[in-house]
Amino acid sequence: MIEVSHLRKTFRVARRDPGFKNAVKALFRREYEEIHALDGISFSIGEGEMVGYIGPNGAGKSSTIKVLSGVLTPDSGVCRVDGRVPWKERVKHVAQIGVVFGQRSQLWWDVPVIDSFELLKDIYKIPEAAYRKNVDELTQLLDLSQLLRTPTRQLSLGQRMRCEIAASLLHSPKILFLDEPTIGLDAVSKLAVRDFVKKINREQKTTVILTTHDMQDIEALASRVILIGKGRILLDGTLDDIRRGGEQIDETIAHLYKKYDI
Amino acid sequence: MKKYLSFFKLRFAMSLQYRVAALAGVVCQFFWGAMAILAFYAFYETDPASFPMDFQATATYIWLQQGLLAMLALYGGTDAKVFESIQNGNIVYELCRPVSIYSMWFANNLANRLARALLRLIPVVAVASLLPAPFGLMAPPDIATGLLFILSLMLALWVVAAFTLVVYNVTFFTISDRGVRLVSVSLSDFLMGAVVPLPFFPDGFRQFAELLPFSCMENVPLRVYSGDLAGPEMVRAILLQVFWAFALVLIGKLLERKALKRVVVQGG
Ligand SMILES: Nc1ncnc2c1ncn2[C@@H]1O[C@H](COP(=O)(O)OP(=O)(O)OP(=O)(O)O)[C@@H](O)[C@H]1O
Ligand SMILES: [Mg+2]
Repeated sequence: MIEVSHLRKTFRVARRDPGFKNAVKALFRREYEEIHALDGISFSIGEGEMVGYIGPNGAGKSSTIKVLSGVLTPDSGVCRVDGRVPWKERVKHVAQIGVVFGQRSQLWWDVPVIDSFELLKDIYKIPEAAYRKNVDELTQLLDLSQLLRTPTRQLSLGQRMRCEIAASLLHSPKILFLDEPTIGLDAVSKLAVRDFVKKINREQKTTVILTTHDMQDIEALASRVILIGKGRILLDGTLDDIRRGGEQIDETIAHLYKKYDI
Repeated sequence: MKKYLSFFKLRFAMSLQYRVAALAGVVCQFFWGAMAILAFYAFYETDPASFPMDFQATATYIWLQQGLLAMLALYGGTDAKVFESIQNGNIVYELCRPVSIYSMWFANNLANRLARALLRLIPVVAVASLLPAPFGLMAPPDIATGLLFILSLMLALWVVAAFTLVVYNVTFFTISDRGVRLVSVSLSDFLMGAVVPLPFFPDGFRQFAELLPFSCMENVPLRVYSGDLAGPEMVRAILLQVFWAFALVLIGKLLERKALKRVVVQGG
């Protein structure tokens, strides 16, 4: 389903020391630093798999998700998702996938959530019956009935996140990329979202890649874990491979980050 | 196609919500229009012979210009959200959907301009047409002229939207919209005849300005309305509008193709 090999992406980042003098200096001579966000990444994920993609801040998780969703063109390497090169056939590719970027909003800010849903229905050409069914199901499972008629800008972070997740699933995507989907959710909503992701993975064979800093998400959802640090894949295995008897999952992961010095 | 119509409809409804802003705009534009007309009247009084347009036509030009400001001025109709989404990286969500970014922005821009104009045009026209001649807004000389005006106005809307899209797409490369904005606003305001109508430009420079896309955004439809532009000269002007309508869309789409290849969505 997803084949990635030797993916590389380097960003040129302008850097300067603090202060007015240095700001003026930077007008004339900019110093750039090259950041290897992706430094030769390879993995492959089969249909219906659910994979946790973890790593410390700045490891390259979001960059990977962006490449996989066709919004970032890598410098080199091969990537095929469902037989397509994402950034070459963006429009066809994205019709098949659903994406949640936990730190951003995809809903139209000034209109009630349901208006955003209706627009997405037209964008993805979702048949009326399928749309009704999905909205009803999502409303029930994510407890949205009170939220749908509220303008997005008046929702709390967690309320909005639940709507965001629903919005990414209206078109029943075959592949789902979740970049920190549980940010800001309360305990009940977190459990609801996890159950829901499990359910669509089980019932519709949706392939899911999930990045998160919440290791309980990983415990609950992902049988397979890929660890990335400084743009390289460091480990690809099951949670049981990583676990060390009796320790809390967070401690295990912290230990892992230390071990790889990332 | 249906999806772009949906973008258009949603955006149109959203822009109609800003009624208070529109009211403030109308009051402001009404005073501005009155002052401009009085200033032109003073010139006219001193030397009617050197006046390139008939005075009634000038007043009509100014009223229509004020009424249509929200539709035809480059920056009134641009969407700050577009610039924001490029700067803070929210454009990722747009890119994650099966839509052409160009067509989506274009549909949004047309909708925004039309909705804003609707709210402002009606009150300005209503008041201005009640004013005594030669200070008020006169009706077009005949129905045919009226229809040609509407055609030319729609072409003008298309041209200004296509130009807006060029500005949007340039922002992909510069990230900050400040420079692009400053240059394009001052250039377009002046060259489209928003400061001084084009017939008042000195010879030579006027002919040059009339060939630019900016003249197609405001100058042509307003002069068609008042009958100042008629006959073969008008046909030429409308054909020029059609030319720029195509050319600017082409330029915008080429820019977008280049931009999307090398664009780096900002933020993690
Ligand atoms: N648009 C950009 N321009 C320049 N550098 C970038 C850009 N986006 C990301 N980077 C750099 O690439 C590296 C990887 O970033 P990325 O967003 O993929 O990290 P991440 O694993 O998602 O981190 P986090 O857990 O904090 O979300 C970082 O060092 C970051 O500075
Ligand atoms: Mg990230």
